[in-house]
Amino acid sequence: MTLTDLATRLELTVFTPGIPLDRPVQGGYASDLLSDVIGHARKDDLWVTMQVHPNIVAVAVLKELTAIVLVGGRVPAVETLAQAEREKVPVLGTGAGAFELCGKLYGMGVRGG
Amino acid sequence: MSPRAVVEGALAAGLDLIAVTDHNTTENAAAVTGAAAGTGLAVLPGIELTTAEEVHILGLFDAGADLGPFQAEVFRNLPDLPSKQKFVEDQVLVDAEDYVTGFSPRCLFGATLFPVREAVELIHAHGGLAIASHIDREAFSLVSQLGFIPPGLGLEAVEVSPHADAAAARETLGVDAGLPIVRFSDAHKPDEIGAAATDLLIASPTLAEIRMALAGQAGRKVVQP
Repeated sequence: MTLTDLATRLELTVFTPGIPLDRPVQGGYASDLLSDVIGHARKDDLWVTMQVHPNIVAVAVLKELTAIVLVGGRVPAVETLAQAEREKVPVLGTGAGAFELCGKLYGMGVRGG
Repeated sequence: MSPRAVVEGALAAGLDLIAVTDHNTTENAAAVTGAAAGTGLAVLPGIELTTAEEVHILGLFDAGADLGPFQAEVFRNLPDLPSKQKFVEDQVLVDAEDYVTGFSPRCLFGATLFPVREAVELIHAHGGLAIASHIDREAFSLVSQLGFIPPGLGLEAVEVSPHADAAAARETLGVDAGLPIVRFSDAHKPDEIGAAATDLLIASPTLAEIRMALAGQAGRKVVQP
């Protein structure tokens, strides 16, 4: 499944319109502790979080995550967006909470580690 | 912990200087300063701010600072939570004689709306020193919440827990060589006072001297974290 499919079907907001979404989503990981994400997320995971600090981009790059989805209507900090554009990390968002979004992702076949 | 108990505990532990850093409030610091008057113990007002990312940042201020405007800004950015919280201990306001003078109506355990960078800037804007709390801990620490120490934050120091090995922490937590490590007790109960302390070579127990020690200026320094 590609990020494009997911973004369309889940009607996700795209905060980084300049970054192509035609990349694979191999799995998912949900956590707001970046140290935990560094420890446990896997390459090409879609990362679900409510953290908006610029460090999320660095963690996504470090772990080669496919994209970041901000839940609960959170909006990325300006610095976060600038960094995401620079590093080509797609940042998306939804008004849904993490529980709802993860449930929908699971229903679409996205699995955690 | 009442002001007198804090002062007695600090003196018994042989401390020269303490800071009162309640969660999200500076309201009780003056009472401890009052309780310490004439004892030889120096007291600095402070705060342990909870940022939007749930990172704890210590702010230490000058003994004479008017923290009213700072506190007002914190409260403007601390969302009100339902007051019927059975699991919350009474948030008392006290005077120097240990009398309860009121209750803080704010849920002080909550997170403010300040992202960590703004929290540091706010502390600096009010003349304070900003120190990231217990960065080795698995909760409420800069590293647990944000994975690593964001570059260019402008912190004066980072703090590690009483039993942490400071040298090892510098390595494992990626603390820049230029950023001093200190260690405090983070005492929440009287018997925890003095569980850890940092030796500073300073001329007097003031914020200005601590600032110089953390920056390694004019012969002042952190002797032993």
